[in-house]
Amino acid sequence: MKLTLKIWRQANANAKGKMVTYPLDGIDGDMSFLEMMDILNEELITKGEEPVEFDHDCREGICGSCNMMINGKPHGPQKLTTTCQLHMRKFNDGDTITIEPWRAAAFPVIKDLIVDRTAFDRIQQAGGYVSVNTSGNTQDANSIPIEKAKADEAFHSATCIGCGACVAACKNASAMLFTSAKVSQYSLLPQGEVEATTRVQNMVRQMDLEGFGNCTNTGACMIECPKGIKLENITRMNREYLKAETIG
Amino acid sequence: MSALVKSSLARKWVMALSGLFLVIFLTQHFVINITSVISPDTFNEWSHFMGYNPLVQFVAQPILIAGLIVHFAMGIILDFQNRKARPIKYANYAGGTNASWVSRNMIITGLVVLAFLGLHMYDFWVHEMTVKYIDVQPEDPTRYFHELQAKFVSPIRVGIYVVSFILLAMHLWHGFNSSFQSMGAKAINKGDGLRKFTYAWAVLIPAGFIFIALFHHFTHTH
Repeated sequence: MKLTLKIWRQANANAKGKMVTYPLDGIDGDMSFLEMMDILNEELITKGEEPVEFDHDCREGICGSCNMMINGKPHGPQKLTTTCQLHMRKFNDGDTITIEPWRAAAFPVIKDLIVDRTAFDRIQQAGGYVSVNTSGNTQDANSIPIEKAKADEAFHSATCIGCGACVAACKNASAMLFTSAKVSQYSLLPQGEVEATTRVQNMVRQMDLEGFGNCTNTGACMIECPKGIKLENITRMNREYLKAETIG
Repeated sequence: MSALVKSSLARKWVMALSGLFLVIFLTQHFVINITSVISPDTFNEWSHFMGYNPLVQFVAQPILIAGLIVHFAMGIILDFQNRKARPIKYANYAGGTNASWVSRNMIITGLVVLAFLGLHMYDFWVHEMTVKYIDVQPEDPTRYFHELQAKFVSPIRVGIYVVSFILLAMHLWHGFNSSFQSMGAKAINKGDGLRKFTYAWAVLIPAGFIFIALFHHFTHTH
């Protein structure tokens, strides 16, 4: 498979970046997208050029690191799939592929395709947890009966890998889907109810402080989420936030 | 509570609530206007009530104007903030594959509706204020139907009305349904009955206004 890659190159956070075109030959349909990037980098290194920096870790779709905007879509053309799980058979011989980093003021580019997603960490740290006394008297979580449907819903919200595809896809670079999933995974469970008020207040406050855009309910985040996180999380967070700020 | 005023979620609540208020107003406006097609006398009677009832004039009208200003001002502020949230645009962005054009371009349809409102206010509200408070003409409960027909003689004005209401329909198609997500009631892709109602309303009410404009354009007696 012969491809033309148009990739965003940026030397560092302060440098001005630009799209650079690379021809690439000998790509097999069974290769993953990241393996294709590895081959490109090997070629660049052989030629004495700087390889393209990109984030990756598990390469099995669970770490949320391999963030690339591929032909205008976060993680590329295949639904419910991260870039590392995307295979080159989804592309055709002779294709031109545009590869860009996530674009958001809250996700500044560190180098090439790598962005700083610590804004998500700070949102999580603001309230995305359950305070548990670990002095030895910790109650077994399973001792509290939980309705199966609620447990499933909470678990589904918790499958968010924090990759940032929702922010990348949203025309406003809004982080509502991520934040609301992290709010929901606790608020749906009795263990999370205790801190529900402060959790949603603190996480929304941090989300706003990070400079993400406002949600305009386009639904693009849900469509592009590799884990299929649902819009109901956003609805739930809107409801919980109002309750927290008015009733308490 | 102070955080509520500053937060992005609260701003969306303001958009949703002011939008729903305007939806109710538009429904009432349509109900009165459609009488002009059915019975000019009823139209005159209702219009006179709306024009001279002190509760409508000095309570409902200021609330309506405030609702309009809040909705438009907040929409522009939100759009400004959203543009700031992505300072560098994508070279290739497939926004059309994951969200509808109307949901992504509420600011465009909204600004067209705002421009239309300028014309609409000039046509009817400025005229009404002139009749009542500048020229101080005596009350004439029969003038409204003829004034309405006179406005729809010009094909250019009717054309502007038709285009504006098509864009209003597009704005409402996303806005009405989406307001329930902003308020935490239901997601935009859920609640089939309510969702279908909002879509039907978004099409039928503007289509009704277009029908009224065309009806008077083709049947006017001036």
